[in-house]
Amino acid sequence: MSAVIEEHHHDDHHHGPDKGIMRWVFTTNHKDIGTLYLWFSFTMFLTGGVLALGIRAELFQPGMQIVTPEFFNQLTTMHGLIMVFGAVMPAFVGLANWLIPMQIGAPDMALPRMNNYSFWILPFAFGMLGATFFSEAGAPNFGWTFYAPLSTTYAPDSVTFFIFAVHLMGISSIMGSINIIVTILNLRAPNMRLMDMPLFVWTWLITAYLLLAVMPVLAGVVTMMLMDIHFGTAFFNAAGGGDPVLFQHVFWFFGHPEVYIMILPAFGIVSAIIPTFARKRLFGYDSMVYATASIAFLSFIVWAHHMFTVGIPIAGELYFMYATMLIAVPTGVKVFNWVATMWQGSMTFETPMLFAIAFVILFTIGGFSGLMLAITPVDFQYHDTYFVVAHFHYVLVPGSIFSLMAAVYYWLPKWTGNMYNETLGKTHFWLSFIGVNVTFFPQHFIGLAGMPRRIPDYALQFADWNMVSSMGAFLFGFSQLLFLFIIIQTIRGGKPATDKVWEGAHGLEWTVPSPAPYHTFSTPPADMKEAHG
Amino acid sequence: MTEMSRTDTGKAVRKLLLIAVGMFGFGFAMVPLYDLVCEVTGLNGKTGDQYISDGAEVVDEDRLVTIQFLANNNANMPWEFRPAVRSMKVNPGKMSYAEFYVKNVTGETMVAQAVPSVTPFHAAEYMHKTECFCFEQQQLAEGEDLDMPLRFIIDSNLPKDVKTLTLSYTLFDITDRTDALASAR
Repeated sequence: MSAVIEEHHHDDHHHGPDKGIMRWVFTTNHKDIGTLYLWFSFTMFLTGGVLALGIRAELFQPGMQIVTPEFFNQLTTMHGLIMVFGAVMPAFVGLANWLIPMQIGAPDMALPRMNNYSFWILPFAFGMLGATFFSEAGAPNFGWTFYAPLSTTYAPDSVTFFIFAVHLMGISSIMGSINIIVTILNLRAPNMRLMDMPLFVWTWLITAYLLLAVMPVLAGVVTMMLMDIHFGTAFFNAAGGGDPVLFQHVFWFFGHPEVYIMILPAFGIVSAIIPTFARKRLFGYDSMVYATASIAFLSFIVWAHHMFTVGIPIAGELYFMYATMLIAVPTGVKVFNWVATMWQGSMTFETPMLFAIAFVILFTIGGFSGLMLAITPVDFQYHDTYFVVAHFHYVLVPGSIFSLMAAVYYWLPKWTGNMYNETLGKTHFWLSFIGVNVTFFPQHFIGLAGMPRRIPDYALQFADWNMVSSMGAFLFGFSQLLFLFIIIQTIRGGKPATDKVWEGAHGLEWTVPSPAPYHTFSTPPADMKEAHG
Repeated sequence: MTEMSRTDTGKAVRKLLLIAVGMFGFGFAMVPLYDLVCEVTGLNGKTGDQYISDGAEVVDEDRLVTIQFLANNNANMPWEFRPAVRSMKVNPGKMSYAEFYVKNVTGETMVAQAVPSVTPFHAAEYMHKTECFCFEQQQLAEGEDLDMPLRFIIDSNLPKDVKTLTLSYTLFDITDRTDALASAR
């Protein structure tokens, strides 16, 4: 990856990157840090993927084949934690680092040193979390939602490592989001108004506020766990006057905004890519901004829809059901806008566009199953079944992850100065597309048929679809090695990219050379006509 | 171009940090807030603390409410624990008395805590306990047993649709917790 930037010609009065490994340790350059974030998250994506394949291998057939039930629980827990906090979130932060300064005409992030810290905390956090696998107690085994008392009274001793790892991730995210907010508000090119900003910047601004509001709550809830476990308090212990249901309320107050943290930047990416390849301006830019803000607001007042079965008064269940369904309105506005952008466009289907279109279709499927889950009476049947697993994987994998892949293909020529191999890119897309659907669509069926989630063994009637799902998972998993290959191949060479890269691209990042020089926009740009798509 | 978008960086960072610290505090504020909401709505069947009777309760002689008693042991709690009577009929507004039998069947001294819950939830706030073993911890030596007292008044304002009220106790082993607390002191 160092070859990316070292080959460019920079102005004499600008210093280039340092040489060697220390460049990456001490760097305060937003592009370097973006690259670090992206490679880190890709490593975590493959790690979490290996755990997922362990899960799917065990579930290939009924009966216990490969792992013990105890280890299976560790696999599901660590898969969830690594994918959410290690893969998806840092990948979006990496894109934010690379793109936000270039899209708003800023020379760098507003707080470059803090930017370095917020990245370098992460390898330590995940090192600590991952090390629990090798401890006598084993890794955390209580699910990524770590409900008390599973995560307190009945937790393995390694839970303390988990708690401190979550603290570190929280600190990293909070520093990152402060940096992003200050950069967007203070460092925009002088004549760029808020409503001139590209939607990726807008969605990240809103996401950063969500992070700032809920990561401290997550830190609070793990701190309460820490106190319950080690200092004799009883926040979640009924014997001491506490309440385990309180845990679920505090957790989901964090947890629901968290799921939008993982999807709003994806909306921004797709809103950049679809106009480019439809060769039209984005339909309904203003409504996109307002819809994003509405979704962010609604995310704070719907958390108990994750808890319909814990015993909420009927008025509460009705309120949380209707409030949740309300989210479909701004989300529907977005899907409508993307479709309207493509309508009568002069479309071509390069790899980023394929991923973006698949995002729109498959994310919408995930949204619909979300609506089904929002209906309280039927949620009583769906709760904690594979239907829920199918739902959130549809919004996270062909949702968030596809948008990330689309973003990598879309901006990789700008980052490396080389075009990726289009044939291989399309191959990667189709393998991923087929793999994802074969993996997760059957999980709707076994979920509706009643298979509970987080179990290592299951009744015989679920066997066929589980086998199909496992085959899809291995196809999807191994396809990502092709993705890795394509990225490395593009970094090492390829057809040189033009500055604009894509015929229909809009935005300030396309006005700088390819590959983007180590320092861009040392003097702010003046022309804002092209600022957003 | 707005004024807000060009404030200096230090000031913006301090403001944002303040939000983060405030939200950390809010996480903890959810604890008393949750208790408050539970108390107001009767969520989780939580009953209030000790009720001090002012002697002004009106006894509703025309109405009888069935009270069912349940005794559960939490997880690995080995004690014998059961209500003296399974159910009784009471007049709202009238002081009633019930007993729960408990016996430490193990070979060592243990401490227990009973936690009450009332269903239906919306009736919880009408269950006034003037005396309850659940207000205290119970320490029993090896083989010791006890009839634990409960005195309560059902509020005459109990909604008309509630004809049966279930009072459930779960008994928790808190020996370790009390040891830990004692050694912490």
